Amino acid sequence: MLLINILGAVLIVAIVWWFWLYKPKQVEFSDNQVDIIVNDGVYQPSNIQVKAGKEVQLRFERIDAAPCAEMVIFPELDISKELKMGKDNRVILPTLKKGEYNFHCQMQMYKGKLIAI
Amino acid sequence: MSRNNSTTNQNFIIEGASCASCVSKIEKALNDVPGVELVEMNFAQRIVSVDGKVDSSTLIKTVQNIGYDAKLMSNESEQDALDEKAQADEAHYKKLMRNVYMALGLGVPLMLYGLFIGDMSVNSSTQRIVWLIVGLVTLGVMVASGKHFYVGAWQSFKNHSANMDTLIALGTGTAWAYSMIVLIAPNMLPEVARHVYFEASAMIIGLINLGLAFEVKARGRTSEAIKRLIGLQAKTARVIRDGQELDIDIEQVQLDDMIRVRPGEKLPVDGEITEGKSTVDESMLTGEPMPVSKKVGDKVVAGSLNKTGSMLFRATHVGKDTTLSHIINMVKRAQNSKPSIGRLADVISGYFVPIVMILAVLAGLAWLNFGPQPSIAYAIAAVTTVLIIACPCALGLATPMSVMVGIGKAAEAGILIRNGEALQTASKITTMILDKTGTITQGQPKVTDVLMYNQQTEDKIIPLIASLENGSEHPLAESIVNYAKEQAYSISQVSEFDAITGKGVKGMFNNQRLLFGNAALMQQFDIDVSEASDKAQALAGDAKTPMYFALGDTFSAMVAVADPIKSDSIAAIKRLQKKGVHLVMLTGDNEATAKAVAKRVGIDDYIAQVLPQDKLDEVLKRQDRGEVVGMTGDGINDAPALAQADVGFAIGTGTDVAIESADVTLMRGSLHGLADALAISQATIRNIKQNLVGAFVYNVAGIPIAAGVLYPFFGILLNPIVAGAAMAMSSLTVVSNANRLRLFKPQNH
Ligand SMILES: [Cu+2]
Repeated sequence: MLLINILGAVLIVAIVWWFWLYKPKQVEFSDNQVDIIVNDGVYQPSNIQVKAGKEVQLRFERIDAAPCAEMVIFPELDISKELKMGKDNRVILPTLKKGEYNFHCQMQMYKGKLIAI
Repeated sequence: MSRNNSTTNQNFIIEGASCASCVSKIEKALNDVPGVELVEMNFAQRIVSVDGKVDSSTLIKTVQNIGYDAKLMSNESEQDALDEKAQADEAHYKKLMRNVYMALGLGVPLMLYGLFIGDMSVNSSTQRIVWLIVGLVTLGVMVASGKHFYVGAWQSFKNHSANMDTLIALGTGTAWAYSMIVLIAPNMLPEVARHVYFEASAMIIGLINLGLAFEVKARGRTSEAIKRLIGLQAKTARVIRDGQELDIDIEQVQLDDMIRVRPGEKLPVDGEITEGKSTVDESMLTGEPMPVSKKVGDKVVAGSLNKTGSMLFRATHVGKDTTLSHIINMVKRAQNSKPSIGRLADVISGYFVPIVMILAVLAGLAWLNFGPQPSIAYAIAAVTTVLIIACPCALGLATPMSVMVGIGKAAEAGILIRNGEALQTASKITTMILDKTGTITQGQPKVTDVLMYNQQTEDKIIPLIASLENGSEHPLAESIVNYAKEQAYSISQVSEFDAITGKGVKGMFNNQRLLFGNAALMQQFDIDVSEASDKAQALAGDAKTPMYFALGDTFSAMVAVADPIKSDSIAAIKRLQKKGVHLVMLTGDNEATAKAVAKRVGIDDYIAQVLPQDKLDEVLKRQDRGEVVGMTGDGINDAPALAQADVGFAIGTGTDVAIESADVTLMRGSLHGLADALAISQATIRNIKQNLVGAFVYNVAGIPIAAGVLYPFFGILLNPIVAGAAMAMSSLTVVSNANRLRLFKPQNH
């Protein structure tokens, strides 16, 4: 019984670490042009590093027909874009100041982060 | 609705490009066209996308010059995109329903068997083998009809994030894995706990797919307003080029094209009538049911319907610059913005899933430690149920769905709301400031009374006044000239015309001095108007402005001019007051006129003789007092106050400056639009709150029950299948409730 309780505690710690504490690797795009695939409940890549002070161009390719994937929202930038199935969904962001910018779908199920450095 | 010609994006289908090297050739050629900012070609689709301020025909020529052909993509026309989306939705729905049949096809018989015939426990070795086969079939069904949950869960796990898929995969996976352990190693578990949960896994997968399928269906309806607006766009236009009339695609209509519309046709672009007259039904844009009559020189807008006559007009705004396109874009943008009421739900759903996972672990441990025997079976049930019931989808959907319907609903009534925040604030307005001229009144003065003195006759005097006023630019002058024209009086040339600021005008005709203006002007020239003073006072008390006319040294006539109150202002103001909104009327007019108008329409609080700056100060003053202030106006002078108010409402027939400063535009000139806007805003916010409560009850309150909080007291522990059904219903409830808003009627008269 003790063993199971310890196991449970370890599991909780693991959940906290994996989802909150761990800093995932960022994929770097110094030309500020990023192709993002929307499929299977995620944006890929979802941790994106770009250069600050330069316009950012994102191209979303939506494969996922799930309605959650229909919209991408950049809450800090007040930008939202409906994603059509297929490739030609371009989002042009203004030049970003240094910092982190989240993006997600309407339901917050698909999540991503832009880091401008 | 700014009309500036900003960068546009155009897409062309390229024909004749057969090699990858063509791509760079085409891109380069287009890039060299002046004004082009960005060119991008997708070779696989043979589509080139061009950003910049360039005419489509120039670009097509450029491509043709290097040996290919280009066609403006009509695919880009929104209607097709929507059809495409509807098709994709339909396909997705069918796929989901296939999954539902598969999973429920297995789950329902298993569940019925468990309920009525046998128990699902495993004691003999025959049972073991039969259940093993069932287990493998279940796995097959789970993979076949729930693959997207497992793949999605794994993908997002790799990305260190968690979502609905994670919960479903963990829940159904736990139930299945436990059942398999029972079969493979029964000795690890006490005899009473040797029970399989295959039916739960299959049922949950089936029910959640069913919920998603219904949601796809219901969502299709929420964007109906946009669909309807886009459906207003005509596909072709009859253009006159080189003296010939030809029907061309709407995309190819250019500025200054002459366009013919016949009775019963939709207007393809915005323009100005150059020939003919007709009545035009603009109800789809303004919500105003009455057709409007139009004559040469009047403006017409794309999407309205030509009713009676044939007319010719010159295109003034085409493509993405038409009023209709601006409206569509504005509604779309607004629909995607969330009011702050939804922000809390966003924060909650952002952290939700990992918290739920931790809660599930804690619930499992609690059952194992303190639960009755077989504690492991209870623990598994609790863990599965907690995971399944907690999908945050409904919480995330609650706000955007209602906003989408609410803003669309408003657009149908001719009310354009700029963003979700304005929608929310409008529902809280306590004070509404109304500009008088052009908002409560028509904004165009009319002659109401003509009185002759000293034996003069109208047919002699009115032509003189009109001739004198013909040179003036004052708005009152226009009303007098119009009056004279209506009576078919001729207008002559007046010499030595002079405008005396703040008083009136002076001129000479046939060696006689003409004077027309207010009492101060008469006083300045020593003209005795005392015989008319009683009448003048009465007129002023009636919100009319009396003006005096003197021929030579003799007072000869008095003309009263008034800005008539819009026919429905009084009713609309009553509606606003019934909502408990305090109304304030502001006007630049004199005290007497202001008082009379305020009394007529039933407003107690009014301020006369205000300057534009005063309007702004009035808004600020009331905001300081903690009031939530709405401002309604139509003029350039209202713009600062419109921008400062918590919500600014611009009358759509007013100036562009006012419209751009406001958060809400009332396309129809009537104040009923204002009452409607408040009603829709209140209904939407109520709907959002219902949605949030609904989603919260399902998700957040459902968790403790699923974890077994009620068990020690009432013996209630949710079945995982019930949880699956509840979670499937939660999103559906939210979407359906938002759809209910479509039936809302703002007007109750
Ligand atoms: Cu979802």
